[in-house]
Amino acid sequence: MGARKQPYRLDTSASIQRNKPIRFRFDSRSYTGFEGDTLASALLANGKHLMARSFKYHRPRGVLTASSEEPNALVELRTGAFREPNTRATMIELFDGLVAKSQNRFPSLTVDLLAVNQLFSRFMGAGFYYKTFMWPPSFWEPVYEKLIRRAAGLGRAAVLPDPDRYEHAHLHCDVLIVGGGAAGLSAALSAGRSGARVILAEEMPHLGGALSKADAIDNCSASEWVRKTREDLDSLPETKVKTRFCVFGCYDDNTFAAVERVGDHLATTPKHLPRQRLCTIRARKVILATGALERPVVFDDNDIPGVMLSSAVRCYVDRFAVAPGRNVAIVTNNDDAYRTAFALLDAGISVPVIADARLVPSALSQRAEGFGIRIERAMLPQRAHGIHRVHALSLQRPDGAFAERVVCDCIAISGGYSPNLSLVSQKGDRPRWREDILAFVPEKSETESTSCAGACHGVFDLNACLQDGFDTGERVARDLGFDADAHASPTAPDREASAIEPLWHCPGKGKAFVDMQNDVTADDIHLANREGYNSVEHLKRYTTLGMATDQGRTSNVNGLAILALARGKKIPEVGTTRYRPPAVPVTIGAFAGHEQGKNFQPTRRTAMHACHERLGAVFVEAGQWMRPRYYPAPGEDMDAAILREADLVRKSVGICDVSTLGKVELFGEDASEFLNRLYINGWSRLAIGKARYGLMLREDGVVFDDGTTSRLDSNHFLMTTTTANAAAVLAHMEKYAQTIWSDMDVHFCSVTEQWCGVSVAGPRARDTLEAAFGDAIDISNGALPFMGVREFAWHGTTARIFRISFSGELAYEVNVPWGYGEAAWERIMDAGRAHKIIPYGTEALGVLRIEKGHVAGSELDGRTTATDMGLGSMLSDKKPFVGLPLSKREGMTDPNRPALVGIKPTDREQRLRGGAHFVADIANKDEIKSLGWVSSVAESPAVGCWIGLGYIQGGKSRIGEKVIAWYPLKEEMIEVEICDPVFVDPKGERLHG
Amino acid sequence: MHRIKCPFCGERDEAEFVYQGDASVSHPPLGASTDDFYRYVYVRDNPKGWHREWWHHVGGCRMWVQVARNTLTHEIYATAPPFKRLDFPEGA
Repeated sequence: MGARKQPYRLDTSASIQRNKPIRFRFDSRSYTGFEGDTLASALLANGKHLMARSFKYHRPRGVLTASSEEPNALVELRTGAFREPNTRATMIELFDGLVAKSQNRFPSLTVDLLAVNQLFSRFMGAGFYYKTFMWPPSFWEPVYEKLIRRAAGLGRAAVLPDPDRYEHAHLHCDVLIVGGGAAGLSAALSAGRSGARVILAEEMPHLGGALSKADAIDNCSASEWVRKTREDLDSLPETKVKTRFCVFGCYDDNTFAAVERVGDHLATTPKHLPRQRLCTIRARKVILATGALERPVVFDDNDIPGVMLSSAVRCYVDRFAVAPGRNVAIVTNNDDAYRTAFALLDAGISVPVIADARLVPSALSQRAEGFGIRIERAMLPQRAHGIHRVHALSLQRPDGAFAERVVCDCIAISGGYSPNLSLVSQKGDRPRWREDILAFVPEKSETESTSCAGACHGVFDLNACLQDGFDTGERVARDLGFDADAHASPTAPDREASAIEPLWHCPGKGKAFVDMQNDVTADDIHLANREGYNSVEHLKRYTTLGMATDQGRTSNVNGLAILALARGKKIPEVGTTRYRPPAVPVTIGAFAGHEQGKNFQPTRRTAMHACHERLGAVFVEAGQWMRPRYYPAPGEDMDAAILREADLVRKSVGICDVSTLGKVELFGEDASEFLNRLYINGWSRLAIGKARYGLMLREDGVVFDDGTTSRLDSNHFLMTTTTANAAAVLAHMEKYAQTIWSDMDVHFCSVTEQWCGVSVAGPRARDTLEAAFGDAIDISNGALPFMGVREFAWHGTTARIFRISFSGELAYEVNVPWGYGEAAWERIMDAGRAHKIIPYGTEALGVLRIEKGHVAGSELDGRTTATDMGLGSMLSDKKPFVGLPLSKREGMTDPNRPALVGIKPTDREQRLRGGAHFVADIANKDEIKSLGWVSSVAESPAVGCWIGLGYIQGGKSRIGEKVIAWYPLKEEMIEVEICDPVFVDPKGERLHG
Repeated sequence: MHRIKCPFCGERDEAEFVYQGDASVSHPPLGASTDDFYRYVYVRDNPKGWHREWWHHVGGCRMWVQVARNTLTHEIYATAPPFKRLDFPEGA
């Protein structure tokens, strides 16, 4: 269908660019708007008020506001992977080719079959989820939840990965000013001219906030003043003006979070820019100039498309040259709506009536009468008429007596203004009630870190706002040590003003909406009160009032007032709820920023990474580390590669990169005593040039970590930790050294990334290393016995060699400074070629250590004791150590605790599974009792079948017994034989060979 | 997000620190009873108001720092190195 004219576009001056028409689509229909339009203003220009269906009852809804707090006009924007649900039509800037769809309707916006919900609405009041769907419980998930999810809801999130880019930025300033309306601009002028670093943050694409076309500042039009002020601010080198920049969160120490919409208003974001930027702002002081929000009036059917806030009507006329209707009836309890009436008259739109709840004529109302507008005083709205668009308004007297029916196609409603307290409430302020303006204002307009300016603390008059903003900016800058100059505040003519009168809930019998986004009516609030949910926090949860994505910005105060009336209390006695961040909905992508996928955390590669790549290694992530998992030969699968690697290590020699092990060097007179206290075993008598296996506990007596520690000199040790616990062990050591035993002479530092390491294991290990380093060091059995450690000079640097073994074979670990890693690897590979050396990965490493019965991460699972692991004999009785007292508790020493054993399947062809439970009998599935669990398994080339390690009650006393390893996830039950955990070389002859 | 004044590095972002728990409990001497260690490991007050805490400056000097923080307002009043006097507001 072709683009159509814009029948409701006015020819008055406005901020849109009429020479730049923009084509867009809404629900598959093509429309035209202008540059500068929002989706909402462009649809209104085309006479399209029906934009959405409501959350619960699927009622037709139009646009209520012209700004960020819009509860109704939520649409799906863009398509495919770019589709974004629940975007506010009032915040979507029109771009060429924009595609939007209405949501939460079936099959279409005009014919929504789910609107039958309205027929059942008497069953869908407050708390209906709790009442209706209570019974039977088994129906909840399969039936009720599906029904509810289908019927109630908002838009559909895109199911494809988000193709947009996001980034994070950090901003710093002396003064952050939130809100670019009259008060914020005025504050920016005085604070900015002082030379302070100022950031002025405005959520909308334009500055000026609630300023109207009719306003005059410093003897020029408001728009001209805003333009000049922007120029002034831009000329200040330390002042930054940010638009499309929404501060949504306040955090400690004046930290703020803001989202900047960099590319949202563009058809496609340029490649060098992110779609959105999440900014963390550090401000010494903040000035909140967040303005005030107009409240709707609560009367029957006040949600029909065409019923709009009076300030929104004025904004559409003034800013966008759009007529929200041809006959706009006005409903108010305050003066501000008269300014809307004048704007409408200026634009040539008729105002059939202003129904003013107040009896006493105000100066403005008399002026309006002078223009020929009919004013009905002490008159309330009774109900709006219409289905997809309002076509009449019924009026009533305060006693409920019907007065008249007025034909109109738009109703501008104004229930007064509530300061926008989102951010000040996040700061912890408990708002107080001001009866004179019928609104909550911040309890404290000024704290050490925060100042409020303008309407956000109840200063509603324009001239007063300008003055207030200016003074606040000056004062805050001066507090920070900046000299404010002698400029005078901008001024505006005084406004005539008379008092607002309460108008909360007009008498009626139908649905009078309080919270439009969550479909909460005045009746729901009365019902909640009758049922005892009459505290404000209960009301909120029971009715969901204010719990939608708009955080109830247009509904909270009305809801509280209606509750207060129902309870016969005053509004401040009922209290308020707190706002929490984010003040506006924020895309998750903005929070993630760049930190996604591979950029989520750093990738750590060892010094030999390139060697592994050349050898075709398949890598595995071990925390942040990339470790070779196995090195497949051509045509070989993973299982075959692992078997081959593990087999050849035992038959000849293999090399494995072990650089990722944590390494800590310790120095000091008390280093050995420090180790004595950390480890369960003793270190005082460890000879220089020797290594020892150590086990450390947590204070609660559970095993924490293990590794070998070497004595390089009398007061110099090198500790190794597991890869996974490297950081935790270091922090653990720092805690004791700094906060508990600060009198000890011990100093230590992580050297994990200073020294890289390879393990060379297998019967040909010594031959290989002699060929590699024999010219530099004697590593014969006599010179370097089992557990010996030597340093030697190599290529002008120092290398270390440790005769330690994880595999049970004759094995060495060679450490060289990180930068020499690749050279050392290649040297050993060259030297080992004669012995058919092979590289092996973490999988084969695992097979070898299981065959040898060595514990690793799966055995050190944070629940096991040294005795459970069969290492109880290491527990020194000659010294106290961390974890000793609590390791003696009854439960920790219970002889029935599962202890480490080895297992083999009785049928040697079967495979084992880690995580299986040992059970004696599974005849009665309801009474299966676990005797323990399988912690590690491997297919062992040395044993010739699957083997495993596990913990079982009774431990080694069960050797020879047969139990069932039950793996319920696959319904597998395998009979296994309990055996010694050391499958290979139990006497350790190979180690010492 | 706090700025925490590390006694060794100066004012640093909270992100550089790791919270390490209650600093008002003290480690019993080695060789103390199981009961003493039981209390050290498991027994904690849950105060409303001022609290002595350990924050570990892992992304900086790696020192453990004593911090006087208010559990109600999240305000940080003072910091101190281990074993040094940590100030609290008057009356706290």
